[in-house]
Amino acid sequence: MTSYQKGIPVLAGILLSLSLLAPACKKNDTSGAVKFVAPASFPTPVYNLSANPLTQSGFVLGRKLFYDNRLSRDSTISCGSCHQQFASFVHAGHIVSHGIDNKLGHRNTPALVNLAWSYDFFWDGGVHDMDLVPPNPIKNPVEMDAQLPVVLDRLRNDSKYPGMFKDAFGTDEITTTRFLQALSQFMYTLVSANSKYDKYVRGETTLAAEEQQGLHLFQQKCATCHTTDLFTDRKFHNNGIQPTITDSGRYNVTLDPADIGKFKTPTLRNIEKTGPYMHTGGLRSLQAVLDYYGSSVNASATLDTVLTRDGRTGIALSEDEKTQIIAFLKTLTDEDFMKDPRFSEQ
Amino acid sequence: MLSRVIHFNLNKNMKKYNLYIAALLLLVGTTASSCKKNETVSGSGPVTFHFDNRYGTADLALGTAYTTSNGESLTPTTFNYFVSNFVLVKSDGTEYTVPKDKCYHLVREGVDSSADLTIQDVPAGDYTGIRFMIGVDSAKNTAPVSERTGDLDVAGAASDMYWTWNSGYIFYKLEGTSPQAPYDSMMGMAMMYYHIGGYGGMSSATINNIHTVSLTSGTAAQVRTGHHATVYIYADVDAVFNNPTQITIAAQPGHMFDAYSTTISANYVDMFSVNRVSND
Repeated sequence: MTSYQKGIPVLAGILLSLSLLAPACKKNDTSGAVKFVAPASFPTPVYNLSANPLTQSGFVLGRKLFYDNRLSRDSTISCGSCHQQFASFVHAGHIVSHGIDNKLGHRNTPALVNLAWSYDFFWDGGVHDMDLVPPNPIKNPVEMDAQLPVVLDRLRNDSKYPGMFKDAFGTDEITTTRFLQALSQFMYTLVSANSKYDKYVRGETTLAAEEQQGLHLFQQKCATCHTTDLFTDRKFHNNGIQPTITDSGRYNVTLDPADIGKFKTPTLRNIEKTGPYMHTGGLRSLQAVLDYYGSSVNASATLDTVLTRDGRTGIALSEDEKTQIIAFLKTLTDEDFMKDPRFSEQ
Repeated sequence: MLSRVIHFNLNKNMKKYNLYIAALLLLVGTTASSCKKNETVSGSGPVTFHFDNRYGTADLALGTAYTTSNGESLTPTTFNYFVSNFVLVKSDGTEYTVPKDKCYHLVREGVDSSADLTIQDVPAGDYTGIRFMIGVDSAKNTAPVSERTGDLDVAGAASDMYWTWNSGYIFYKLEGTSPQAPYDSMMGMAMMYYHIGGYGGMSSATINNIHTVSLTSGTAAQVRTGHHATVYIYADVDAVFNNPTQITIAAQPGHMFDAYSTTISANYVDMFSVNRVSND
């Protein structure tokens, strides 16, 4: 071996260490390196991070996949079509989303936020592992309606993807595991924990009197299911939204009659921006949501007992209390998250 | 010997035919073992399980119309199933459990290569029984995606044998056209379909359609270094329609993840029988 050849590994080492620094100063990636930080006020993450550790190249690949129309049958719909960052990754203003061929979905698009803390995914919790989430919308005939082997072949035949898989996973082989793990790296990094409420929890700011009153009421009347600080207990409840139950929800997954009409408690993070509300998308504003809980809850065999306390159906709320709770809910808006350029289509 | 075959109850002619085969195999088996009497049983060797799908006494061909044992007409268009968790049982009752990841196997009618599952390095011995699951065990149904390769690849070989909305493998898929099924205007034909899965649930207990099949054979699969034993297994589609429950296409044209699927799987678990064993 000549001294020149010996020098190659050294040079490679230098280049490698430079490349580790590179993402922060690359021109087309002004957003800087991505990190996953579990907020101190959150419980332990559920997702097995050590089995799919975050890398810059894995995240960038996952982001590209998330925004790629070619994951749908006719290359018209991406994950990002119905999960818009500026609306905390819901489909802004849509009761239900329209997928491929303008077909309508069955349930309101859930927000993609703090997913690393989810035990179950989708309104009915039919998927229990984040890595197995993407096949559902990709195959769903009213969403992306694609065959997964066809999608993977498209990526294999693309000019950019094999190189990106190599950057992320060491070789250019495109496997199911790598495809899904890259998407998970993007998804689990979507952490929203920098709202006014979070700053208040961290002692960095104070809440206005109305917000403070709203927080107090929230803890009394809402936090049984919307447990802080994820603002979901991650369980399934029937909140009575369906006058007659036409969507059985969790029952479809468990076939247990006790689960008829139950749906997973959604997080309230960025709730100001994620309307319309409920799995039906039937309530257009936060005022409508609180009016609903105040006086319109529908009784049924599986209605959650928390909504039949005090000898009445629903939650006792005065108009002033509703206003205060809404003021508090707006402190859960995290503009930094919804405007973070690292999460945007590049 | 061939207990499943003898108990098989389609019609009288079928029974006669099976008894004839059984007698023939008994004869062949006796002859074979006497030839190899002095051979040392040591080392290890391969065993192939060959799945031969049938309709009654006929070889199954997709797109062909058959009359079911309930007198209905069925033209199967898809017939796929998972087998896994194989255990080989020697004549003295001792067992060899095949490492799980060597034997998750998807049989796909119409794809010839899917008929054979070959297990390498089986310890030498005379094996007269096998047990295996029809389906995929609960551990693999909930395993990380990195442990779902080969026939279990949810975006590859198993992409049409996996429920994405309610994570879990479809263990058994029979689809066909039948004049007894309701006309499907979307498909433009009268379709029947049984997509059967359900491993017991992840966070809530739910239906479990995992079944273990036990088969015996009077002819031993003789596993030796330098030999290759093949167990030919019949799988009769018609079994799904009877025993213990009579299921008609007219009454039950379509089932997927639902309570009735357990009735369907309790029928089809008996579809297997050992046809013959060859020791090459």
